[in-house]
Amino acid sequence: MARKIVLVGNPNVGKSVVFSHLTGSKVMISNYGGTTVEFTRGKLDTEEESFEVLDAPGTYSLTPSSKVEEVASSLVDQADLVVNVVDATNLERNLFLTTEVLERDVPAIIALNMIDEAGHKGVRIDIGKLELLLGVPVIPTVAVSGEGLKDLVDALPRAINKKAEPLEIADRWSHIGALISEVQEIVHRHHSWLETLQDASLRPLTGIPIAAGVLFIAFQLVIGLGELIAGFIEKYLFNGLYEPLLVYLSGLMGGSGLLHDILIGKLVGGEIAFEESLGVLTTGVFVEFGVVLPFLTVFYFVLGFLEDSGYLPRLAVMADRGMHRIGLHGYSIIPMVLGFGCNVPAALAVRNLESRREKFIACTLMAVAVPCMAQLAMIVGLVGRYGGAYLAVVFASLFFIWIVLGLIIDRVRPGYTPSMVMEIPPYRIPSLRAQAKKLGMRIKGLIVHATPYILGGILLVNILFTVGLVDYLGFIFTPIITGILGLPGEAVSTLLIGFLRKDVAVAMLVPLGLSARQFVIGAVVLAAYFPCAATFTVLVKEMGVKDMLKSAAIMIVTALTAGFALNLLLDTIVPAAYLAVGLVTLAIILALIMGNTSDRREFSDIDREAQE
Amino acid sequence: MQVNLVEMKPGQSGIISAVQGGRGLETKLSQIGLHRGKQVKKISSVFSRGPVTICIDNFQIAVGYGKAVRIIVEVDNGEKNCPGR
Repeated sequence: MARKIVLVGNPNVGKSVVFSHLTGSKVMISNYGGTTVEFTRGKLDTEEESFEVLDAPGTYSLTPSSKVEEVASSLVDQADLVVNVVDATNLERNLFLTTEVLERDVPAIIALNMIDEAGHKGVRIDIGKLELLLGVPVIPTVAVSGEGLKDLVDALPRAINKKAEPLEIADRWSHIGALISEVQEIVHRHHSWLETLQDASLRPLTGIPIAAGVLFIAFQLVIGLGELIAGFIEKYLFNGLYEPLLVYLSGLMGGSGLLHDILIGKLVGGEIAFEESLGVLTTGVFVEFGVVLPFLTVFYFVLGFLEDSGYLPRLAVMADRGMHRIGLHGYSIIPMVLGFGCNVPAALAVRNLESRREKFIACTLMAVAVPCMAQLAMIVGLVGRYGGAYLAVVFASLFFIWIVLGLIIDRVRPGYTPSMVMEIPPYRIPSLRAQAKKLGMRIKGLIVHATPYILGGILLVNILFTVGLVDYLGFIFTPIITGILGLPGEAVSTLLIGFLRKDVAVAMLVPLGLSARQFVIGAVVLAAYFPCAATFTVLVKEMGVKDMLKSAAIMIVTALTAGFALNLLLDTIVPAAYLAVGLVTLAIILALIMGNTSDRREFSDIDREAQE
Repeated sequence: MQVNLVEMKPGQSGIISAVQGGRGLETKLSQIGLHRGKQVKKISSVFSRGPVTICIDNFQIAVGYGKAVRIIVEVDNGEKNCPGR
């Protein structure tokens, strides 16, 4: 069996970059801690032997206090060789983990990463002396450019098992302090413009406008550019090139029949309608490549820059106050932002939160009120036709649900939300190559994972309609679907398919011939009622079955309540535009007047711990 | 002068003299580099119980209000350069 190399290090020191260079595998990399929550496996072949390489999630210590740290700690136990990746710009803090690693019974070697950035920051490290004092090889590296990684591989056989005497925390720090004074020298130098911006984005007076600006621009870019690209693709690729081909195919099959229904779907006025026909080759292909793909590409393009520049943790600082009101702290804004891309990685990022309570709140709010980009793209495209006001109602309703549900769960769910402690990475200018690689990975991921569900979903729709199950269920659920939500009974089919793919489910609202208000209700209910299968699987894993059941109950009740309220109010009592503004205003007022309980709870908890 | 991180003013620096809040909190903070005897400089804080951002050595940490009031600093206003700010 191949020997195991485990990469360990503090969060955001570049372990994953080192990993991807060593193994040639592609992994997700960002400029903030917590991108890797589960370990990744890869293979490294040197001239002598072939290793299995494991990339551990970032940790400050091997004494685990969270699930992520537990993973790292147990990986070190299984390792045949540990590569400790150290951030040269923060040598002192990084050495805490290093000294712990050197106490374990395993050969270790140190990759002194970001040595170039340390130089720019005026940090000088005497590598020879550091090597001497630690007693294991220290290899300077610049992982993003690949510099020094060959030296690292060559040095692997020189790894040394120190098995040092374990130290108490205070002793450990004084030991490190002494070490640092011998090997490191910091030269004063002037601030760069990036560092000035760094300070500005953390001061409330400038930071809040910056946060608002960044979010606004990101939103405008995604929606505006997404629509533009989707429009082009629809016009030139779908209407211009693809449609004639399908018309020909449809003619070949005689324009009807079972196979025709499945592949092409129903013709609308004798013509193919990409949104309505519900055929695998028409609606299926169109939803994925004509709508979801363009929007998601733009979204991930924007997100990639936010992630790699290091802005997200600063957004977390600005959002902390607000997030505490819904029982979370600032870091949780990161899974929420990721959730707009896809809820699956967002649910995984929730793992970085400490307590079960936080995880529950974050997962539930995300699953209920943060629609993924695939779904959003369909909503923007389809609800948008009825006018911006209706689209605004959808967004406003979800925002309202997010806030109010958060306020309620914060009060009802026992426990408290600890305040955050989060490292703020320096701003870095994202490299275009890394961006392109990351975007490529994400798009490939979408195509690989979504295609079977989208096409399978459409296929399933046709089967359900053909065997009459939709009519049957529609009849049974009429009291709920029609009575509460004001939608036609067949709308039950969208809820069934929504479990597979939410984007397809939104498309299925089109052939129902809904009014504007009905479409809004359908879109909001579909967003909130339940996560898709992929998200559901991850949520069960992260929250456990019991919490998932509670969460699911909340989702269903919330979706029905929201749908009912909209059915009651929208256009009947309140016009769309007023309702949208009203919901947002009301949510903000509620959040402001309902003071937060979590500070108080944290205080009592810390005090209790202090007394023990 | 002893103050906690919230009371400290942006731009001030000092040395951590105590962490009030039991071993759990002390250990956790210590692991990421916030330990007794460590010099810190406050960069900013968000009003109405928002997080405090501080700079230690070469990195910045945001500390939520609940923890920030537990970290006691002896303000010395020594010349503290924070290259990694």
